[in-house]
Parts: sequence; C-alpha cells; structure tokens
Amino acid sequence: MKQQTARAAIDSKQIKKLDEHIIEIVSDSGEGAQTAGQMFATIMAKSGNSVWTVEIIPAEIEPPARTPAGASGNRIRAGSFPITNAGDGADLVIGFNEQVLQGGKWENRYKPGCIVLLESMWATHRDPEIASAYSSVVNTLREEGYRLYEVPMEAECSKYIPDPRKGKNMFVVGLLCNIYGRDLQLARTEIENKFGQKKAALIKPNLDLLQAGYDWAEQNLEFKFEVPPYGETQPLVVANGNIAVALGVVASGMEICAMYPITPATSASHYLSEIFDQVGGHVHQAEDEIAACAFAIGASYAGKCAVTITSGPGMALKTELMALSVMAEIPLVLVNVQRGGPSTGLPTKVEQGDLLATIFGTPGDAPKIVMAPATIEDCFYSIITARKIAETFRTLVVVLSDANLATGQQAFPRPKITREWAAPPVDQSPVPAGKDPLDWDPKTGLSQRFIPGQPGGMYTLTGLAHDRKGHVAYVAGINQEGCHYRSLKLAAFQKTLKPPKVFGEPSGDLLIVGWGSTKGAIEEAVSRVRKDGLSVSAMHLTFLQPMASGIKQIMQKFKKVMTVEINYSDTLEDELIDEDNRRYANLAWLLRARYLIDVDCWSNVHGQPIKPGSIEQMIREQLK
Amino acid sequence: MTIKEKTSLFGLSSQCVLKVDDDYKTLEDYQGRISRWCPGCGDNGILTAAQRLCRDEQLPPEKCVFVSGIGCAARFPHYMNTYGFHGLHGRALPTAQGVKFRRPDLHVFVNMGDGDCCSIGTAHWIHAIRSNMKLVVMMHDNNIYGLTKNQASPTTPIGRKTNTTPRGAWLKALNPLTVTLGITNASFVAQVVEWLPELLYDVIRQAFHHNGLAFIRILQRCPHFTPDVFSNLLSDPKKLLMLEHENGIKLSDTMAKLYQTRQQHDPSNLHRAREIAEADDLVPIGILYKNESVPRYEQLTKPKQKPTWEQRETLLNNAFDRFGINIDARAAAGNI
Ligand SMILES: Cc1ncc(C[n+]2csc(CCOP(=O)(O)OP(=O)(O)O)c2C)c(N)n1
Ligand SMILES: [Mg+2]
Repeated sequence: MKQQTARAAIDSKQIKKLDEHIIEIVSDSGEGAQTAGQMFATIMAKSGNSVWTVEIIPAEIEPPARTPAGASGNRIRAGSFPITNAGDGADLVIGFNEQVLQGGKWENRYKPGCIVLLESMWATHRDPEIASAYSSVVNTLREEGYRLYEVPMEAECSKYIPDPRKGKNMFVVGLLCNIYGRDLQLARTEIENKFGQKKAALIKPNLDLLQAGYDWAEQNLEFKFEVPPYGETQPLVVANGNIAVALGVVASGMEICAMYPITPATSASHYLSEIFDQVGGHVHQAEDEIAACAFAIGASYAGKCAVTITSGPGMALKTELMALSVMAEIPLVLVNVQRGGPSTGLPTKVEQGDLLATIFGTPGDAPKIVMAPATIEDCFYSIITARKIAETFRTLVVVLSDANLATGQQAFPRPKITREWAAPPVDQSPVPAGKDPLDWDPKTGLSQRFIPGQPGGMYTLTGLAHDRKGHVAYVAGINQEGCHYRSLKLAAFQKTLKPPKVFGEPSGDLLIVGWGSTKGAIEEAVSRVRKDGLSVSAMHLTFLQPMASGIKQIMQKFKKVMTVEINYSDTLEDELIDEDNRRYANLAWLLRARYLIDVDCWSNVHGQPIKPGSIEQMIREQLK
Repeated sequence: MTIKEKTSLFGLSSQCVLKVDDDYKTLEDYQGRISRWCPGCGDNGILTAAQRLCRDEQLPPEKCVFVSGIGCAARFPHYMNTYGFHGLHGRALPTAQGVKFRRPDLHVFVNMGDGDCCSIGTAHWIHAIRSNMKLVVMMHDNNIYGLTKNQASPTTPIGRKTNTTPRGAWLKALNPLTVTLGITNASFVAQVVEWLPELLYDVIRQAFHHNGLAFIRILQRCPHFTPDVFSNLLSDPKKLLMLEHENGIKLSDTMAKLYQTRQQHDPSNLHRAREIAEADDLVPIGILYKNESVPRYEQLTKPKQKPTWEQRETLLNNAFDRFGINIDARAAAGNI
C-alpha cells in the first residue's frame, strides 16, 4: 500500500519552481564528490544560473574513510538572481556514506528537514558495526525529519564498471541532471572535455553512469525542481579567488612571485607555476617565508615590483621584511589569504583575523597600504591595483583575501584586457646629477626610485634610519623626517580614494559595516530585512589603510553602527565582560579608534563563512 | 668605428674603451662613504680588495650591487660607490638572490658576518649554496658578534669568554667550511685571511670569475672584541696550510718562504677538500673546492624567450577561455 502511493507520486511528479537551491555533495576523499560538484555547477552555470560553489576540503590528504571530519566535496548554490555568497543551509545533500553527512550536519550546513540522498550499500555491509552505524544515522535523520532517500549507488554503478568507487560521482551528476531538469547533453560535453583524448576509453563508461543516474532518479524519486536562468548572457569566467589572484598577477605585468607553501594560499602559486613561464614569469619556492619575502624584495628593488603570497603564519614571519619594504621604500605586493588563527589555527578554514596584525603588526611606524577584495572578481583586479599603488607610492601593499574567497567559485564578467594593467618597462636612463635617491616631495613624500643599472644613481638602500641620500642617520631629526614623509605618502594616496557607496538608504536605524569576503552575505541579509521594512543599510570597505574620506559622515547618519566580521570578539553576555575590557572585532577596533563613534560588532570564528541567514537573524534581534 | 675598435685594454672589449681617458675608473671611483669601522678592523682590508677588483675589472659602478645583512661587516655597501642593499640581519642571501634573479646583468656581491650567515641566516646559507646563483659571497668571520658588542657567535672558539658566555663558550665552534662543502651543489668554497691582501684579492678575483655561487670565508680580525683569536695564526705562519694549485692560488716566492706549510690541492677534488676542511690543527688557505659545471638556478629557470605584453594577452585569453562559460542559449531559454 505504502509502495503504491510512492509509485503514484513518482509517476505524477510535478516540477517545483524555485529561485535558488543549495546542493551539497560529500564523499570520502578520493571518491570524486569534488569533481561531481564542479561539473554540475558548470552545467548549472551554462544553463544560465548564477552559481557560487565552495569546495569542502578535509584537513588531511587521505583522512580515515567514513569519518565526519574526513568529508570531501562541494557545495553549489545556484539561483535565478545574482548569487554572491555560499548562502544558508543546503536544500539537498548527497552523501556517499552516512558519516561524511554527519560532519555537515554538526556544522549546521544543512537546512533542517532537507532532502538527503544517501548511498545505501552500507546497510548490508558485512562488518556489523558499519551496518549498525549506518542504520542508526538513517534512523536519526528520519526522526529529525530529514527527507531521506536511500540510493543503491554501488549496486547500480557496478553494472557498468568494475570499481564503482571510481564512478559513483558521474552517477550522481546524472541524478542531479534529472532532479534539476538539466540537459544531459551539457553533461556529456563536460565528460568528454574532462577525459579528452588522453583517457578516451573512460568516456563511454562515464556516459553510461551518467545516464544510469538520470534514469534511476526518473524512476525512483518523486520530486523535480526547476531553478530558472537569471538572464545573464555576457561571457563569464568562473574561477576561485586564488586562480583570480594568479591571473591578476599575470595581468599586472609582475614577473616574480616568491612563496613558501601554506594553506589556503598555495593553490594560487600552483596555478601560477603552471602558466607563469609562458610570459617569462617565475614562481620561486623559497626555503621559508622570510626568504620568499626577501627574494621578492630583492627582485622588486632591482626592477619591476614582485609579489609574495602567503597566509597568516607566513605573514608573521615576513613582518620584519614588510617593515623593510616600507622603510626603504621598495614596492612590494603581499597577498595574505587569511585562514583561522591564532598560531597554526584552522589552516583550511576562513577567518578575517589578520587585519590589525597587518596594519599595526610591524614594530615601529610602518605605514603601508592595506586592501581587501570582497568578491572573486575583486581578487583579480585588486592585484593589478596593488601593483600600481606599490610602484607609484614606493611602498608595501597588502592584499587581504581569505579562505572563503580562495575556495569559493563564482562567475564574473570576462575581463576586457588592457595594456594599462601592466607595469611599464623599468627606467634605466641616467639619473640627473644632484638628484637624491629619496628626494621626498615636501607635500606628498613621493620620490623617484633609482633602480640598479641606472648610471649616476648609485646609493645604498638601508633599513636603518636614513636621510634623503640614503645615508645612515646619526643626527637627531632625521628619523622624524623619514617617518614624516613615509606617512605623508599614505595621506597623498588617501586623497585619491572615493568614499564607499552605501548599500541601501543613506540614513537609518542600523548600518552594517564589513570588509573582505563577507560582502555578499551582508548585502543579501540587508536586502532581506529591508524587504520587511527594516531601516538597515550596509557599507563595505575596500581600503582599510588608509580609509577613504566620508566614512565618518556615512556612519553618523545611522542610529547604530556595527561591523560583521569573521574574527573573534567578546560579547557583553559574559559575566566578566564589560565596556572596560571588551575586545572588539578587528574592523570595529579600527573604526572606534579613528572616528570616535561607538561602533558595535558581531563576529565569530566558527571557521565558516558567515551565512546571510545568521546575519539576518542578528539584525532582526538588534532592531527588536 | 675608430681605430680603437681593435685595441683591448685591461681585457675589455673595445666598445667600453672608446673614450679611454673619461671612462677609465680608478679606485676612488668605487669608494663610497668614509668607513666607520674601528681602526685596525679587518673589514677595511676586505673593502680594499673589493674596490680593487671593481677597478681591475673596470666594472661599471651602476652595474654592481653589494647586498649585506646587519652587523659591522654588513656596513660594507655604504663604503662602496655602487648600488648597495643594506638589508636585514641574516637575510642578505635571499635578497641578493632576488636581485640577481631579476637582473642577471648585474654583478651581485654579498657581505655577511659570522652571525649573519651561520646563525640567524643559516637556512638561507644552505639553500643559497644549493641554488648556486652567480654571486660572490664574502663571510667576514671575526668569531664574534661585533656590532651588538661581544656575544658568542657560532664560530666563537669553545671556552672563550664573551658577554653571553662569561664563563666560556659552551660549545665547540661550528666549522663553516665543512658545512658548506657538505651542501649539495656547492660549487666554490674558499678560505682566506684578511691580513694577507694579495691572497685575499686573488681569491675574490677568482670568485668573481666563477660560474656560480662563490663562498669565501674570510677570517677577519676584530681589534675590539677578538684581537687575539687569530694571534696564533699571525705569530706562527706554519699554522696556515697553503693550498696551492694551478687552478687555485699560487704563492709568490716571498710568500712561499714565509708560509712553509703548503700543499698541492686540486680544487676539483671534493673528497680531499672535505678532509682538509675537517682537520682541526691547521687552517687551510686557498680554494678548497671549485666546480664550474654545477647548474645555476637562474639559468635553469631562465625564460625561453623575451617576454612581451602580447604573450600575456594570449595567456590571459587562453585562461579566460579555459575558465570561461558561455551560456548555452537553448538551455538558458528554458528549452530543455
Ligand atoms: C632580527 C635581528 N636580531 C638581532 C639583531 C641584532 N644584531 C645586529 S648585528 C648582530 C650580530 C652581528 O654579528 P655578525 O653577524 O657576526 O657581524 P659583525 O658585527 O661581527 O660583523 C645582531 C645579533 C638584529 N639587528 N636583527
Ligand atoms: Mg662577527
């Protein structure tokens, strides 16, 4: 009887229209959930959806199988409107075993009661412990109201290939194509591209698996969804933030990237290593971050600006050299793809905890420029901008990306390449007699940089306090002068910045201020509450040091200002915490100190991107 | 072209000497600021040798870069009239590598103290030797931290009292020669003393012409803190083991009379070089090891052609194609 109703539901299934859906695919590492996710995301994007994907990466290379922390996979958020962040809980989850699902559930990655498609082979596993672990999770999920469907992936796939472990992922792509009504032809093209001529023998079995998944869903599931396209037709590029950074390095005309491997920054250098030699560039893997930074500084000093890419612990090691770059006025671009801290922290997870360390972490007064891309597109352009600023202002520019941008994928309009992005050739013309290597302009602090090889420009650059000739300071007043001009350069740069745009009305009850990768989530939350008539706006800062003029005036138009950040802050709920000892989130500290405005903050360090839903809930509570 | 085209002066090609009188550089042309080292400091002799090298090779001053760390020795670049990079304590080598990598056309020299090289910069020392870029590396070894005033360095003799070891240095001194000779790709390892200027000059000159990283440990007197560490070598010339060879240093007759502990040593013999470096009783002087055929990092990684903007444009376009998405119009129109 029960079976009959199920059959009827399948036979009469209706297509449910949605404006967005979040899909998560998780497996043990090596089972291909990441490939399946990427492929299906591409199919959704090619069908005209706006898509944001996030890689789910375990901390180890081959973590123990069937463990909650070992999940590897992909989360896809696809919608009919521009998607700018990973969104809230998943609506549909596919698990290759029940344990990897558990991990996501504990991290609140799934919407309560969402659809779960679970590999069923474990139910009859010969190891009784595995079988009982499986049934206990299945029972719990059902009790908790999840719509759980057991899928015999292994059994179905073994009809086509000897080792189903290596093919389930294509079966899953087939399932998804059926559920979301996607043209199988798009999937076939992806498979053909993936295996290409080199592995042509693999194409046929994978196409079979794809079809099998599609048919299985058609015959066994009673639901189908449609997420209509959102109307974008211009050519797009889909990349993660690290690929975008690497492409930005190429576009900026830089030729040397020096690095030492560190998660989550390294993949930028992987990609760069693959392509850089085609343009005469080189990725130098140094013996440590200090050497990498010194190498980049040496290269910058002798010619075009170079870049060094790292994450928090690496930046900590570079600190002394960062100050040298500022002190000796050597252009340098440093990209910090932030991860969870302190110390070794959460290497694969997101945090925005390095802002204050970047601005103030260099002992002594080291005025540098600090900027933060907010989107994956920004990751590309910010490197081009950073290189230009570094050379124009003869200083260090730090670009603060983070793990959320590094592993998230988003489509952005294909950039229109222009020669102006690239650095001009280095000037090797003779230096006019009487010109000093640090000929600080009295108003701006700017001076022309002499590059080795330039006749008449010989001088010794030093990290010791020095005068306009680069001579070591032995007289009082010289250090004051040098610090003064280096600081003026920041002011001169600040004058070129435009005030940030307010998202929403220019005044109101609450202003949410953010920086870096949280932009999409903040603006989505703000739009949601604005629809309900709440008087909330958002402001996002790209330049954190120096900050543009006009920010104070914007903040003053709101009854309350608070930052939303992914870093640690105290809350007043703790018995011991009060206004005298409360530690604020990074940007909140900064805004309070600079503008004397009572800026509040809401932040946490769960190692996850902040969900728009959580921000929304927080805003509603604030305005209750 | 003029008749001078065929002439050759100081081994230079004719273009460089078209205006011999104007362009000929004298020692003064390479002298920077007045040195502020202590009177009697051995660093002065090293400075003179470097200036003499530049003069004899007629190096354009703008084409030379002296890179240093921090310490007394590291003040070196200020006293040269070339480009100089007085960087951070311990970090001279990776900085110099960056300079040389970016600009193979420049002559890059490195001056470091024993603390700079063998303590805070140890990792860089090992890896710079291994990458074997064309650099002339001078390690001014005064067996002490000079600038910070008399603390033990890794090369301070065991038992020596310093400000941080008032009852004597605990550990046996590190031997920079055996360390360097033990590193894969070491291609030029020499030792000299700064008080024998002819030998010092000769070794620096050979280092300059070496096809790779030339590491020279220079024993350097510090009149202030270690005036006595080398006094046995000064008072007893027999303690210096002169390594002679047609591919190494050759002693003049007078020198040969003075320094009677001599040995023919073929610098291509790494095994023998290590044995010599290991010996505790004698201080070897000369070129311990030389191998011109070790690959250089900057050559291995050299771009195949001169990069152009057009190449970049092509690369970017290819990447945008690879990651590009063209919306499938049929699918996007919902006709699926
Ligand atoms: C990071 C850092 N640590 C410590 C110092 C202090 N310091 C300056 S020079 C020096 C040691 C100098 O000894 P050495 O390298 O042998 O050079 P010398 O002065 O003997 O020529 C030290 C420890 C510094 N400048 N930077
Ligand atoms: Mg010393």
